[in-house]
Amino acid sequence: MTFIWAFIVAGLFCVVGQIILDNTKLTPGHVTTIFTVLGAILGFFGIYDKLIELAGGGASTIISNFGYLLYTGAYEGYQSAGILGIFTGMLTKGGAAIVGAIVFAAFLTLFFKPKD
Amino acid sequence: MNKDEYQKLVKKYEPREDKLHNTIYAFLIGGTVGFIVEGLIVVLMNLYNLSRVVASTWTCLVVIFMASLFTALNFFDNWMTKAKAGLLLPTTGFAHSVTSSALDYKKEGLITGLGSNFFKLAGSVILYGILAAFVMVIVKVIIHG
Repeated sequence: MTFIWAFIVAGLFCVVGQIILDNTKLTPGHVTTIFTVLGAILGFFGIYDKLIELAGGGASTIISNFGYLLYTGAYEGYQSAGILGIFTGMLTKGGAAIVGAIVFAAFLTLFFKPKD
Repeated sequence: MNKDEYQKLVKKYEPREDKLHNTIYAFLIGGTVGFIVEGLIVVLMNLYNLSRVVASTWTCLVVIFMASLFTALNFFDNWMTKAKAGLLLPTTGFAHSVTSSALDYKKEGLITGLGSNFFKLAGSVILYGILAAFVMVIVKVIIHG
């Protein structure tokens, strides 16, 4: 059942993104940024937890998950270490995506050439 | 010919993108990505006895690596244009933007090229993501203490 929900939830996120792209002048950069911010907001209202419970990988592969991870990391940091924890905890969960993107992109750039 | 007529003429010859077609495409491709990612998470959980959180972090890294590799191999750009939002909103879009700007600016040097343009596109995701998360945590702290 999770598989069906994974398909539907991930698909619906992409549909909303596509509708924004088609009907406004916003660029893909705008859309990904909007969805990241949306992820943090949905995390605040406790909606994204439920989406991940429901759809598993379907919700965790969307870029909104990054905003959600930043939010939960920061909030768990606050619970364990107070205001300082917001700063130290922010990247504990979302950091994997940033570090992964940096490491893979940098090493692959060494071995490959750009298109002409 | 006045301005209005000219605008009409431009509109007539503008390539018209089929919005319904785009939307269905985005749904199917985005859904497939979600389906594959969920499959990978389940496989990793059962194969290595991982918890769901650990398995989905590994899967996230695998997806980023695949997207970066496909971008470096030069065929992911075509996929991105064809799939529209279907590959943009999953983590693949993030990885693609980092790798493609890294590749494009490599020839301008390690510091002024690669270094300063690395997060040209993905930087706004990180910046506004962190700002939004910070504000929401502050709000949460004020409301719930």
